[in-house]
Amino acid sequence: MSAAATTAAPKPVAPFVVVSTDGAHYIAGSKCGKCGEVVVGTRDVCGKCGARKSMSHIKLANTGKLYNFTVVHRNFPGVPVPFISAIVDLDGGGTLKGNLLDVEPDPAKIKFDMPVKVVFRDAGRKDKEGNSYLAYFFVPANKA
Amino acid sequence: MSDVYVVGTDMIKFGRFPERTVPELGAQAALMALDDCGLTIQDMQALYSGNLFEASAGVGQRILREIGQTGIPVVNTANACATGATAFREGWMAIKAGIYDIVLCVGCEQMGSGLLGGTGGGKGIPTEGLLGSGTMPSVFAHVGLEHTRKYGTTFEQFAKVSVKNHHHSTLNPKAMYQKETPLEEVMGAEMISYPNTKLMCSVNVDGSAAAVLCSEKKAKELGLMGRAVKVRASALSSDPYTSRNIAMMDFNAVTRLAAKTAYEMAGLGPEDVNLIELHDCFATAELVHYENLGICKDGDAGRLIDSGATQLGGKIPVNVSGGLLSKGHPLGATGIANIYEITTHLRGEAGNRQVEGARIGLTHVVGAGSACAVHILEKA
Repeated sequence: MSAAATTAAPKPVAPFVVVSTDGAHYIAGSKCGKCGEVVVGTRDVCGKCGARKSMSHIKLANTGKLYNFTVVHRNFPGVPVPFISAIVDLDGGGTLKGNLLDVEPDPAKIKFDMPVKVVFRDAGRKDKEGNSYLAYFFVPANKA
Repeated sequence: MSDVYVVGTDMIKFGRFPERTVPELGAQAALMALDDCGLTIQDMQALYSGNLFEASAGVGQRILREIGQTGIPVVNTANACATGATAFREGWMAIKAGIYDIVLCVGCEQMGSGLLGGTGGGKGIPTEGLLGSGTMPSVFAHVGLEHTRKYGTTFEQFAKVSVKNHHHSTLNPKAMYQKETPLEEVMGAEMISYPNTKLMCSVNVDGSAAAVLCSEKKAKELGLMGRAVKVRASALSSDPYTSRNIAMMDFNAVTRLAAKTAYEMAGLGPEDVNLIELHDCFATAELVHYENLGICKDGDAGRLIDSGATQLGGKIPVNVSGGLLSKGHPLGATGIANIYEITTHLRGEAGNRQVEGARIGLTHVVGAGSACAVHILEKA
């Protein structure tokens, strides 16, 4: 077994998370050359205008603004609560749902449009084979 | 093309029946709907059966084993929370197309208890609570707080929906619950996903509902026009592209699309509608659908619930049955149970909860994924 295999890179938590060996992980997106729409994920056909062969695959920004949220108090057994489920509009396009960290889970303390940063950290969960996963989270831009 | 009429319809009292099977529940409502118009399964030319959780298990055929295997064609539908309405619409289309004169539509569901939805669960690791939340209370919390973001709608305004619909259910013996829930109780209940408390979440129940649909010619032949209700419009939509749809399910655009199609088909507008059964799977959902269905201007839903216009006795009563919040929400049955409720009012047979003078009623269901069905019914 090679040294590289014993320190295997974590797997991406979602297909649109790109794990980079140099640590510059990013969210993959696509931009339509015909209508200009930007979406999360690698797409071959534009969901907005239906254009084919017009999608360029791009890196999405790791900064954005909080569009929406909810504070989750009840969830499935084993899921730690409370947590903030956040909807973030990334700068330059693409909208992502994820956990917002480092903010008190109190609706009065959470501000629409607050600037956030996307950070990549270990998911804290492993699959049945023991593989680690790299997840993304949002943190307030001023705490990043 | 013939006009299509509901000539028979009924639903079982929603509840929890773990000892019964899904087809048994469907069969019970089917027989009740047939009895409602004095017909038998031998009179039916096709069966349209809506069920979600046993979608691959031939529920329609199994219903016929319970009520008579006449060999008629069976179509089983599964379309999220629009499953029952989709079955109804398939029956409507077959009569519109002139293929059949009379068909039976049944929706039934047996539900577990607890949270529905959740993100992930496929490859890799479960992502619920890691990449935000995809439980239904959370998804519809996002729907509500988007309205708050745009218009300042408050927790209290959302909670008032539950107060109203639970009140309505005290007048409906077929609702799962018949219990008043004052505002303080709704707002003080366990918080699930802000702003949806436990009393602002619909009830997972078992249930079934059925309708007999008929062409005008056949209804006249059978002498069934007296209590018949005309289907003025039937519309179904999937979610059109909106920029946040993948991250945050959009139940607005899909509803607006179906509502526009239905109003155009009926040649009517929201101002012509006397009562509505809409998809209050969570209290937050009801308010956004006031605007999506056009009964108030964008941004006015909070004021509309404050005004009392949507309660029984108001200008446009909404969810007089108790809604999904209190009548209960057996997914595949809900769409046809809404048809039953509206039909009952248009027939003037709704008893204590009768919307006086109702001539036009609208039903709306919207399922995650997304699928929306809107039907407009008229007293014949």
